[in-house]
Amino acid sequence: MSFGALAVSAGLSLWQACALSLLAFTGASQFALVGVLGAGGGVAAGVAPALLLGVRNTLYALRVRGHLRPLPVGAAEAHLVIDESSGMAIAHERAGHARVAFFITGFAVFALWNAGTLLGALAGSHVSDPRRFGIDAAGPAVYLALVWAQVGGRRDVVVAALAAGITLVLIPVAPAGVPVLASAAAAVAVAVWSAR
Amino acid sequence: MTWLAVGLTCAGCYSLKVAGLLVPPRLLEGRRTALVIRYLPIALLTSLVVTQAFSTRSALVVDARAAGLAAAALTLLLRAPLALALAAAVVVTALVRLA
Repeated sequence: MSFGALAVSAGLSLWQACALSLLAFTGASQFALVGVLGAGGGVAAGVAPALLLGVRNTLYALRVRGHLRPLPVGAAEAHLVIDESSGMAIAHERAGHARVAFFITGFAVFALWNAGTLLGALAGSHVSDPRRFGIDAAGPAVYLALVWAQVGGRRDVVVAALAAGITLVLIPVAPAGVPVLASAAAAVAVAVWSAR
Repeated sequence: MTWLAVGLTCAGCYSLKVAGLLVPPRLLEGRRTALVIRYLPIALLTSLVVTQAFSTRSALVVDARAAGLAAAALTLLLRAPLALALAAAVVVTALVRLA
């Protein structure tokens, strides 16, 4: 539900919110796009971080492609490649149920995610002043929870701190969306440094 | 404008999934590439937290949203699920604005 409500409060229409959940179907990218658009960013500034976050799914697809049918049918199956379905497929490889786990998880998340988006967008479009109800704090809270789940080691914390620093420095001087894109430099820098 | 962004994001995100079926595995195997892909979401999402909690257009601000974010962080520290963190942030922000 949170995505639908956030998308509408960022200025997207109900149909745009639903199109993203149906066709892009990858949470972090969708949140990034509406986050940047809501902050006043342009098309390129919004789409670029969304696509960078989507690269994760390329890796997942690469990892689970042995469980999907070959192209062209596989191209349709690949739409269900997300964090949850890939994670469950990999977890069930030893038991030999990877393909079943992938589809059950994929379809379940797809149904819940899209129903939630529709309900959230409907609810969001009936709130006349989202700020008064604190809806503008929902975005940062969701992003924080998503980061929280991914930060494990000390280097993850360094990446997050660097990214926050870059963002704070750039917000006053760069156009909306650019600080988010520039924060990718933190990921590249720490990766290069770690892989020495 | 918004439809263009929505269309590009949909097409791009789907293409990235299908790309995983097409690329030779060697291409994404390097240790550095793997690390960049692991760190990218952390960097971008942190940046979005900062942008949405501490700025209004191009001005840095600390307002009720900061209290909401702190409440969310607290619930996450207590291992609460995403929905609870979200609710804490919204309720605390609204209460601070009310006060």
